[in-house]
This record gives sequence, structure tokens and C-alpha cells, in this order.
Amino acid sequence: MFNTFAKKSWLALGVSTFVFGLASAQAQEKVLRIAMTAADIPRTLGQPDQGFEGNRFTGIPMYDALTHWDLSKADAASVLIPGLASSWAVDAKDKTKWVFKLRSGVKFHDGSSFNADAVVWNVQKVLDKSAAHFDPSQIGVTTSRMPTLRSARKIDDLTVELTTSEPDSFLPLNLTNLFMASPAHWNAKLKAVPASVTDPAERAKQAWAAFAADASGSGPFKMARFVPRERLELVANKAYWDPARTPKLDRVVLVPMPEANARTAALLSGQVDWIEAPAPDAVAQIKQRGFTVYTNAQPHVWPWQLSFAEGSPWLDKRVRHAANLCVDREGLQKLLGGMMAIPKGTVPPGHPWWGNPKFDIKYDVAAARKLMADAGFSQGKPLKVKIQISASGSGQMQPLPMNEFVQQSLKQCYFDVDFDVIEWNTLFTNWRKGAKDPSANGANATNVSFAAMDPFFAMVRFTSSKTVPPTSNNWGYFVNKEFDDLIGAARTTFDDKGRDAALAKLHARIVEEAPFVWIAHDVGPRAMSAKVKGVVQPRSWFIDIAPMSIQ
Amino acid sequence: MFQYILRRVLLTLPIMLGVSLVCFALVHLAPGDPLVSVLPPDASAALQEQLRQLYGFDRSYPEQFLSWIGRAIQGDLGTSIATNRPVTAEVMRAVSNTFMLACVATGIGFLLGSLFGFVAGYFRNSWIDRVATALSVVGVSVPHYWLGMVLVIIFSSILMWLPATGAGPGGSSDWTWDWEHMKHLILPALTMSVIPMGIIARTLRALVAEILAQEFVVGLRAKGMRDLHIFLHVVKNAAPTALAVMGLQLGYLLGGSILIETVFSWPGTGFLLNSAIFQRDLPLLQGTILVLALFFVVLNLLVDIIQSALDPRIQRS
Repeated sequence: MFNTFAKKSWLALGVSTFVFGLASAQAQEKVLRIAMTAADIPRTLGQPDQGFEGNRFTGIPMYDALTHWDLSKADAASVLIPGLASSWAVDAKDKTKWVFKLRSGVKFHDGSSFNADAVVWNVQKVLDKSAAHFDPSQIGVTTSRMPTLRSARKIDDLTVELTTSEPDSFLPLNLTNLFMASPAHWNAKLKAVPASVTDPAERAKQAWAAFAADASGSGPFKMARFVPRERLELVANKAYWDPARTPKLDRVVLVPMPEANARTAALLSGQVDWIEAPAPDAVAQIKQRGFTVYTNAQPHVWPWQLSFAEGSPWLDKRVRHAANLCVDREGLQKLLGGMMAIPKGTVPPGHPWWGNPKFDIKYDVAAARKLMADAGFSQGKPLKVKIQISASGSGQMQPLPMNEFVQQSLKQCYFDVDFDVIEWNTLFTNWRKGAKDPSANGANATNVSFAAMDPFFAMVRFTSSKTVPPTSNNWGYFVNKEFDDLIGAARTTFDDKGRDAALAKLHARIVEEAPFVWIAHDVGPRAMSAKVKGVVQPRSWFIDIAPMSIQ
Repeated sequence: MFQYILRRVLLTLPIMLGVSLVCFALVHLAPGDPLVSVLPPDASAALQEQLRQLYGFDRSYPEQFLSWIGRAIQGDLGTSIATNRPVTAEVMRAVSNTFMLACVATGIGFLLGSLFGFVAGYFRNSWIDRVATALSVVGVSVPHYWLGMVLVIIFSSILMWLPATGAGPGGSSDWTWDWEHMKHLILPALTMSVIPMGIIARTLRALVAEILAQEFVVGLRAKGMRDLHIFLHVVKNAAPTALAVMGLQLGYLLGGSILIETVFSWPGTGFLLNSAIFQRDLPLLQGTILVLALFFVVLNLLVDIIQSALDPRIQRS
């Protein structure tokens, strides 16, 4: 009897030790919980939606592209670095062809190999309507970011040729948006679609839906659990090909929380460790409670984009310069609790595309008044301008108080500013239609913030004669042959330094001609628990979670 | 009774058709591009046209409506443009979460509202009546989303007693009725209950006061019936109206409060609608509105039937 008792006691001790150890191990799992501003989990099938927040949380952590943005530095511009492609070069004889050498030994999360076939497959998913895996839902957010890419061709297992419609030196930059999903995993999902579904397009759609729920990329994190609209859990990919980016965290939990006050409460109550875009008036409280608020200059421009249509009050360059000299940006920065950077142009001084413009954007009321007087305006004869703005919106920061502040600022320089306030998605839609469309409602400027990560997004689409509505976002019809030539020169200069020098010339001229009133640059504020370590907030829309850890 | 029920059910069919037509029309009349969630602002005209054709938005409105309603009758509400997931599954998941929240909120609101209403009506014009009435007026007057934020500040941010958001530590998919999950329900349910509480209390107060003034109550007192038994008679007479109000409030809450569910990130129909509106996800938007409207129609039908069962005079009229 004693022996039985002893055996049972040892067994109980062993079991309880095991259970306690297991619980301890689980309790020590390093989990980072993030509250996003998005109202839903960004799409997980490789081409995220929800704008660049999607790329930030379900693009870069789960997938790789052929080229990456360098997110390792906070004190320099984020530049292009090799990703799944170790090198690339344009064909000297035919500049519409690029050869990319691929990194060897890379595996997708499902264990299949990354190779040239995978690159071709991923290009076809958005460009080849006849491909079995072509997905209409992904083409919108992808092809417009690489507008000249036309096809891909395998040369050998680790070499692929990409073809563009015209010589385009921006292609490597654009390819940061094309994430590589696993063809083998997708094909497995396709096989699992019931045979009763016979329509190929419907089979592909269901396969993509299944892929999104159980995704496979090659990124530092892989999908572990997905609750639609509520929660995405990623776990570390310990076999990641880049040792510098092999995660120190075990798990990342992403939760959509579109309401700023809810996010702030979730952080303060300890429900999450990191929130995007805290409510501005809560920043002081967040800091006072021991959390850290990270900000950095971000390529996110908040301007008025001016109309150059006939009859526009902005046709006189003196007026455009006066407006740029009459905005009290430091006062606006105070209003926003420091949550903005003061712009000198689309990119800041020191950026490879800066170019040293001769027009210095600053706050100089006297100079602004003189320019307005020279243009024929005065206190008694102000210039009436009308700006179409939104009440809110992704990336729009605090549009109503900011615009009202600028309105008051410009009043001292003989501007009589009126606003046409509309809903954000409508403003976005109107942006495509242009200043001459009835949807502009008489406005001669529009307030749509934009990303300035790559040359097309930052400059070309606003200043090229080929990008006037409905083609792209040259809303104001700023058309000038000199700029077309500068854009052409940048597009056809294929060495990086030469291309950056050409883009710098373009930027300098843009600042000098001032088709914008540059008002603010966003600083991408995010608040985190002090337990989160290894945080580097680069000068980018993106941030790398892989090097982070949690205490 | 059977004929009454049959008549009411048959009347529901044209109502449902009308509701679906109005849903479709309202959603398509609103400005904005339905493809904004899959099209960036710099999409070329050719790309916009291509996607419009792929998603069927190039067809005429009658064609789109007939195609949609034909599938909806078979239970297929289409596919969300933003997520590519079936709308029916998305809506049903959200409805179950809102149903849970709405039932708890209605329960709290009905209990408290009935308590305040009966107490106020029974002790009318006394200090008890004034306190109960004041509480119910506050309930209908205070903006509930503001109240929600205040409750979050107090109980989550400052006291850290309750979580601020979400439907459970791991999301709603693994919901169980344990404390770890139920504490996510407390604040949103309390917030949602204040309006029904106020409305039910004020309705019942007036009703109880009116019933107590009726001759049959005088007669019952004259017979020597005790207060408790008289109270039960008052409850029975007030019940049809109380149930009708409660049913309407449940229907209103089943619509999901966009504001409350957004404040608490509760994954119900309000949160879904919020998402669908901002993403201009038309299939999701019209599917969600249709399901909610149909719930309301069915709920009204049930309330009418229960009322007529409780009060035969309604059938005869």
C-alpha cells in the first residue's frame, strides 16, 4: 500500500512539474499586441489593402518582395536594398528588360522553394488575365504602383527577366509593392476547392479566399490564427533567410481599432502594447503614464494641391509663393502637440532627391505681403480661394482644425479662404476626376495627403502631362514641357546616383514652381509600452517588427 | 388566431421586397466609388473600367438588383469587395455577436427599466418617483457613445478593472461564458442598455399610473384584494405594451449601435456597417442592411403575434 502511495505521489509530482513547466513556458512566450487604425485586418493574401498600414502589418512581416526598403535607420532616408533579389540590372541594349538574380535557399512558410517560377507566378497573378490564379481584387492595389511592368520570364531557376512597357528606372522601387506569395500553397488550396465549383474564375476566387485564411509567404512572421475582422496572430519564422531579421518575438497579435480613443484606452489598460496614431490630446497622458511615443519625419505630405485650370487664382507664381510664405507652420505644429514636421518641399533637406531649390519655404509674412501687393492684392482687395477638404480620413491628420488654422494664417496676407468640406472617400474619388470636373464644386485647390515613398508617388504623378485626370493624380493640370523632360531624364537614367540626381533636379524645380502649398509632413506617431525594445522608427511609412523584442 | 397569423405573414412578403429595393437604392444612390477599397486614387481610367466590368458594376441598376435579389433569395448575399469573403458568413458572424450583446443589454435595460417604471408609477409623485424618473431621463438623454467612452476611461484606463475593447481575450470565435470573456461584455452591454432602460421606464411609469386609475383596480381594492395581487393584475395589463416596447428596443439594438460597437471594437453588425460604409463595400453594405431590416420585420411580426395572444382584443380589431 505504501509503495502504491509512493508511486502515485511521484507520478503526481512529475505531472504537476510538467504542467507547471509548460504553463511557465507558455507564460514566457514573448507576445507583442498591436492596435491598428484600420477597421479590419488588412488582406493577408500578399497584396494588402488598407493603404500602407496594410503593407506595414500584413505585407512586410509575412512576405518579402524582390526589393525592400531599408528600415534599419532612423536618422537617414529609407533607401532601396536587395530583398529576394540579390541584384538587378537593366539590359544595356533594351532598357525595357531587367534581369533580376534571385536569392538561393529561400523557403516559403509551407516549405516550398522560392525561385524564378514563383516570381513569374506572382507577376501573372496581377497582370495576366489568362492565368488560372489571376485575381482581380489584387490588381488595383498593385498594378498602379508599378504602372510600366508588363511581364516576367524565367531565365533559370534563380534568374528572372522583367519587361516594362517603356524604359523606366523606377521599376526596382515599384517592386517593393509586389509581395511574393507561395504558388505551391495556392495550388493546394485550388485543389481543395469542391469539384462542384466548375467556373475557373470562381475556383480561383475561392482558392484565394482559402489562401488568405491560411497564408504562406517567406517573411519573418507566419500566420498562426486569423479571426476575420478581429484578430490576426503571427508567429516567428525561425527559419527566415536573413539572420539579422529573424524575429526575437514569438508572437505578434494584430487587432483593428479604428477609434483613436479606444486605441488609447486599450494601451493605458494594458490590453495592447503598441497603438498606431494615438489621439493627439492623449499624448501627454500617455507619456505621463510611462509609455513611449515614437515619431519621425515620414514621407507623407499634407498639402494643398493647386489648380492650374483657366481662371484659377493660383496661376500667378507670386500668389503661390506668397501662400507658401504665409503659413505659420510652427504655430500649427504647436496646435498638433508637436505631431508634425515642418516641410521645405515634398522631401526634406538631406534627402537624395532634395536638389537645393532656390525658393526657401518658410514663414515670412512681410515677404508674402509684398508678393501679394505686387500681384495686385491688399487688405481691401483680398484674393478669394476655395479649397476642397475632408472632415476626416486616413492620413488626413486633423483636417478641420489644421485647415482652419491655415485659413487664419493666410488671412494676414490678403487671402480670403473658403472651404468645401466633403466626406473623405468622396474627396478621394474627386481627386481622380480633376479640377475641371463639376465634382470640384468650384474649388481651385484640394487637400489630399499623399505618400512620397517613390518618385512616381512623390512627384511624377502631379507634374507630368501624361498623368492629368482621368489617368492619374495631376488634379490641378500642372502641365509644363520642362517637367516632362525632367521626368523623362529621371526615368531613363539607370544608375542609382544618376537617377537620384535627376530626381533632385525635378524636385528643386517643383519647389520653385510651387504647384502645392506645403503645409505639414506627418510624423507617423505611435505609442508603445516601455517593455517593447529594439524599436527603430525609420523615415518611412513602414516599420520593421522583426528586430523588436518584449520584456 | 391562425388566420390572423397567416394574414400577417403574407403581408410581410411585400414588405420584405420593398425593404430590399430601398436597401439597394439607398446604397447605390450614395456618392462615392464602390471600388475604392480595391482601387487606389491614382488608378488609370482603363484599370477602373476593367475592375468595374469584373465586379459587374457596368451593368444597369435593374440588372444588378435582379441579380442580387435572385441570389439573396437563395441565401447568397454576394462577396465582400474588400475582403473577398462571402457576405452571408460575415453578416451572420456579426449578427451572432450583436445578438449576444443586444440580448444582454436588453435584459439589463428591461430589468432596470421595468423596476424604475413600476416603482415610479406605483409611487407616483413621491420622491421615489422623482428619483426613478430622473434616472430614466438621464438614460434617454445622455449620448451613449460618450457614456461608453467615460466608462472606458474610468473602468479600463484608470481602475484597470475591465478591458476596453474586443469580444474576448482571443476574439469572438472562441467565446465561452466564463469571467475572462464576460468581462468584455459588461461595459458595452451597460452602455447599450441605458436607452432601452430609459424608454421602458418612462413608458411603464405612464402606463402603470393609467392602469392604477382605472375602475377595475378600484373594484379590486374594494373587494379587499391585497396590494401584491393588485400589482400582478397591473403587470398583466401592462405586459403587452411593455413587451411591444421591449421588442422594438431589441430590434433597435439588434441593428447594432455603430458608435458603441466602434468605441468598444465589438465585432457586431454596427462595427461591420462602419467598416462597409468607410470602405464603400457595396455588397457588404446592402447585405448587412437587408439582413438587419428583415430581422426588424420578423421581430415586429413576432411581437404582433405575441401581443394578440396576450390581448384577444387586438385580433378582433
